[in-house]
Amino acid sequence: MFQGRGVAAALLAFFLLVVGAIGQTLTFPALTGRVVDDAGILDAGTRATLTEKLAALETKTSDQLVVATVKSLQGTSVEDYGNRLFREWKLGQGAKNNGVLLLVAPTDRKVRIEVGYGLEGTLPDAVSKLIIENGIIPRFRVNDFVGGITRGVDDVIQVLTGDAEEWKRRAAQRPENKSVLLGSLAVWLVIAAILLIIWVVTTYHQPPLAPTRRGRRESNWWAPAGGTWSSGSGSGGFSDGGFSGGGFSDGGFSGGGGSSGGGGASGSW
Amino acid sequence: MPSPAAAAARIVRFPLAATLLALLVSGCGVNNIPSYEEQAKAKWSEVQNQYQRRADLIPNLVETVRGYARQEREVLEAVTNARARATAIQVTPELVNDPEAFKRFQEAQAQLSGALGRLLAVAERYPDLKSNQNFLALQAQLEGTENRIAVARRDYIEAVRTYNTELRTFPGVIWASTLYRSQKSMETFTVAEDARRPPQVKF
Repeated sequence: MFQGRGVAAALLAFFLLVVGAIGQTLTFPALTGRVVDDAGILDAGTRATLTEKLAALETKTSDQLVVATVKSLQGTSVEDYGNRLFREWKLGQGAKNNGVLLLVAPTDRKVRIEVGYGLEGTLPDAVSKLIIENGIIPRFRVNDFVGGITRGVDDVIQVLTGDAEEWKRRAAQRPENKSVLLGSLAVWLVIAAILLIIWVVTTYHQPPLAPTRRGRRESNWWAPAGGTWSSGSGSGGFSDGGFSGGGFSDGGFSGGGGSSGGGGASGSW
Repeated sequence: MPSPAAAAARIVRFPLAATLLALLVSGCGVNNIPSYEEQAKAKWSEVQNQYQRRADLIPNLVETVRGYARQEREVLEAVTNARARATAIQVTPELVNDPEAFKRFQEAQAQLSGALGRLLAVAERYPDLKSNQNFLALQAQLEGTENRIAVARRDYIEAVRTYNTELRTFPGVIWASTLYRSQKSMETFTVAEDARRPPQVKF
């Protein structure tokens, strides 16, 4: 009995060792910059242009978008490799998890957009899929890697910098979504109308006899409140807000400590 | 009657000793078992979360496919039934400590995965359905969710491995047999099902 248990434990330990070994046999290229062209499919000029765009994106939104090309997926799926590479590099700011990885494996003919936890709402799977299928794959099919990657990067940047609405529409969300959106719009309109009425009433329906100090203060109090409201509802949606400052020095580039739970989409050609 | 100096020394000495002891004890990993357990539980809720997300996507997917491929009744019903079975399982926190219940949960989810795979394979035969925008979006979401499930499972397996190892190895085993006697090892997914790839979708 005891011996049997010992054997089982030994087997389990061996099994875990093997599993651990499998997990460790994947090797990842070093994060040498925002564009890691391990497969060597990009020329120096393209790399420089892309790096510039990606740095500008991070300055603007603090989102870290990194392009990686690899020689091989080392026998695993592009989803698995993409997620592990993302976590190895820790893309995105630690607190916001706002990293995106565009991974291209030319020999496996696979491409993936891996999205960090924090950007899953801004860059949903359906939108990533659309970018891959419409922007990247058609160019990869004619061996235009430079064009495909550039287009993919441009599209992702476009979505991340706030033009998400257009993409969301094109991703053809369920038709009910539209009515939900309209419904919430109607609610906002009603709230705005009520606020407007209150504002009008408090401003113009002062007791005509005694425009006391208190009354005036009240009207002053309402006016800016209405103002804050409308600007608040206007910029509510998908803007990334004015976040500045990635946390690293000018010299090297490194991930900010973000993680990903497997969001994004993949494609093959 | 002890002198005031001695009393003061004793007052100082007690907290000092307590702090030292606490440091010594936490250095021995007395906190490891509960903190690993919490981590594993957090990973488990992420697994559940993603399975739930998949279950939520299915009714819409089934409706969309039904609109184009009404005759595929068998496949559609299989998915609906498998979803019903998977969501009928009460997921309690004790599930992760109960091998039988865990196995049932895993099997129900595996059956749902299989039924979904067949549904997507059937969809390949209908060009109109394949070019339907709504279907494409649902497919992308489903693919993404399957992948999130795979990642969440991987993280959970890793967290449980750490926790279970701590329960059985030195020095954790000392605490497990004294302070934390009620702690049970947690169940984890078998690798066979984990190796399953998410259903591949071609556009």
